[in-house]
Amino acid sequence: MMFMDWILHNAPVLILALPLLAAFATPLVGKLGKWPRNVFVVSVAVIVEALVIYLASDVIANGMHTYVFGAASGILLPSGYSVPVRIIFQVDAMSVFMAIISATVTLAGIVYSWAFVTDKQGQSKYYTLLLMMAVGMFGMEFTGDLFNMFVFLEILSIASCALVAFRISFSESSEGALKYMVVSAVGALFVLIAIALLYGQYNVLNLAAVGSAIQFTALDKIALVLLVSAFAMKCGAVPMHMWTPDAYSAAPAPITMVLVSASQASMYALFRIAFTLYGVSMNTGAVGWFIIILGVLSMFIGVTMALPQKDIKRLMAYHAISQSGYMLLGVGVGLATLGSSAFNEYGLTAMKGGIFHIINHAMYKGLLFLTAGAIYYRLNTRNLNKMGGLGHTMKWTAAFFIIGALAIAGIPPFNGFASKVLIYESVFRFSPLLSIIAMLVSVLTLASFVKVFHSAFMGPRLPEYEGVAKEVPWPMFVAMALLAAIVVAMGLFPNLIVDNLVTPAAQALAGRADYLNAVMGGA
Amino acid sequence: MIANIPYIAAMAMVVIGIYACVFRRNLIKVILGVALIESGANMFLITLGYRGLGSIAPIYTNAPATGNMTLPIPQALTLTSIVIGVAVLALMISFAVSYYKKTGTLDTRKGVLKE
Amino acid sequence: MSEMSKITRTVASLAFPFILIFGLYVIIHGHLTPGGGFQGGAIVASACVMLLVAYGSENVGKRLKEEHLSTLESVGALGFIGLAFAGIGTAFFYNLFANTGGLFGNTVEFGINAGDLNTSGVIPWMNIAVGIKVMAGLTAIVLTMAIASNKHFDKEGEE
Repeated sequence: MMFMDWILHNAPVLILALPLLAAFATPLVGKLGKWPRNVFVVSVAVIVEALVIYLASDVIANGMHTYVFGAASGILLPSGYSVPVRIIFQVDAMSVFMAIISATVTLAGIVYSWAFVTDKQGQSKYYTLLLMMAVGMFGMEFTGDLFNMFVFLEILSIASCALVAFRISFSESSEGALKYMVVSAVGALFVLIAIALLYGQYNVLNLAAVGSAIQFTALDKIALVLLVSAFAMKCGAVPMHMWTPDAYSAAPAPITMVLVSASQASMYALFRIAFTLYGVSMNTGAVGWFIIILGVLSMFIGVTMALPQKDIKRLMAYHAISQSGYMLLGVGVGLATLGSSAFNEYGLTAMKGGIFHIINHAMYKGLLFLTAGAIYYRLNTRNLNKMGGLGHTMKWTAAFFIIGALAIAGIPPFNGFASKVLIYESVFRFSPLLSIIAMLVSVLTLASFVKVFHSAFMGPRLPEYEGVAKEVPWPMFVAMALLAAIVVAMGLFPNLIVDNLVTPAAQALAGRADYLNAVMGGA
Repeated sequence: MIANIPYIAAMAMVVIGIYACVFRRNLIKVILGVALIESGANMFLITLGYRGLGSIAPIYTNAPATGNMTLPIPQALTLTSIVIGVAVLALMISFAVSYYKKTGTLDTRKGVLKE
Repeated sequence: MSEMSKITRTVASLAFPFILIFGLYVIIHGHLTPGGGFQGGAIVASACVMLLVAYGSENVGKRLKEEHLSTLESVGALGFIGLAFAGIGTAFFYNLFANTGGLFGNTVEFGINAGDLNTSGVIPWMNIAVGIKVMAGLTAIVLTMAIASNKHFDKEGEE
């Protein structure tokens, strides 16, 4: 029992440190051979997943965890004034909610890569970078410190960009990776300048300390603009979405899936900045409407751009933009109504819908990208016009694709329906027009995926793929089955997820005072 | 006014960097633009550390007996950001090299990817 | 990159040990003076890059393999994280060796002083680990780029 307590106390840092250690150990273990290395990486991912679930169960039951680095507690000055100057991790229900997504997606990605990555060179480095991506995501989700958020954002960007260009011999990979890298670097530097502006005024970097001191001066407004635009850019919201299709389609399929989760980590940072750092000190209505408009633009433009695509991964990338719009819409409505009576009437429900959509999207969009990867693995093409008749031979892939496609279109009983219903209902009370746009986008999504299903899986067998279009190897099958099972389970029992994970997360995000008091003390 | 010059210089570097990123087509110049933004941000951070006039760098070895030392946090942040900048720059230049090899040009509008 | 003239090569060989020693000095004194693992590692790496420029990437590439540098880099990173793990009994990154009297274990003198190398506990060890990592990493980056820009690379290499 002592050991379990020790694990629980150190869980926030172990979740980060184990993948970090494993990332650098992977090239050394890789010298032993492919099997030992893959077993090592998968077991690390499984351990991290278990730690995240254990931590999540405790955070949701017993409240926030604060982990101080380098010493037993914060610094107490001789004058008796305690300053939160140490580097801390602050893990609340929203953080663990995001960490569950990141851990699950990373696990599925690593298992899938076992069979998918067959390149001659750089396999060990691939796993190193994949684990570093996990570190970056967990770090952004757990940190209670603005500067560390920047550092983990950069770790995440560098690792993801290197992985987008993993197949550097392909013509489009260096272009997509360079575009993503320039956008991420500029965005991250905006974040750094914003952090410097905040530091210049309040002389602290701790998120809770800045949050409790914030005045919303002119400089704070500039910092807010820089932070919101940078994180919105990183999560692919529409005016800044141009990197998404290139990077998503150039990356190997498991990396694309983790990239979706990485974008969601940026979205978490956006929500954390808006709700916890600024919160009610700013004009929540204006910022909320800004996020809502970003969301609606992303939803609509994303799906309309997806309709004419012929490249299966590019099409799915545009759908990823469109689906992020739902999350921004839901949480934006929550932000716009924050602090008013409308928040309890429908704002919190909208936030629940938006947050629930994050986990749903990570699972079904991950599943869809993996099926696209499976098709690519067998046929070596992403062009929809060259596919056909795969349903005859790749039966399981077709089944997984149907599950993912119905979930993304919001068809009951799959999980996309549950979160979309929450969003439709609550947003309708906020502004009926937005709700109608959201439903229209859902219909267009279904149309688009019907097209993909028809051209890839239906029709007669194509002679050029005779003997090639077989069922995928078992690691890829396991990864897809894992995600499909989660999609179906969350669709069948949405109440369990909403009550046990989503509601605490939404309340943690909206409950700014708890977050600040956990560090600053006082009532 | 004289104390504000470093801030103005840092922000001017950021603006020049953004200009280079947005309006230049040559990839190397875009990358230089990112490097300029980074330098501007670093300069801004360092300047923030010396807000108190007359403070000295926080090095205890052979420091003068009187006078104020600056809080080393901005320096630490700058150092971290420089380290990250090295990695970002190396990665971007590698991509540019690879792009040049495939297209034979560094101009993003002229480059036609070979299949 | 091809080989440069004999003068360049001789001067590079002569200057190499001095730059190396200066880099190692910066790494070891990281906890006392400006500098530290990254800066010292970068200096050492620049010495290696100087040799690379003088002798040409083809010649250096035969002796210095990228995979060996990668291994060294992993070792450095593992050392750093391992040292961070060492203090996990109290907290991650806890300075376990400070004030214990062992190597780098003296107590820091209060106030302004000339600086004692034998202090700071875990920090010099971390500087050394970071120094190894940066040295290997930066050299590997430049070496890989130099080899990748060789004319023959496209024919021989798999890319």
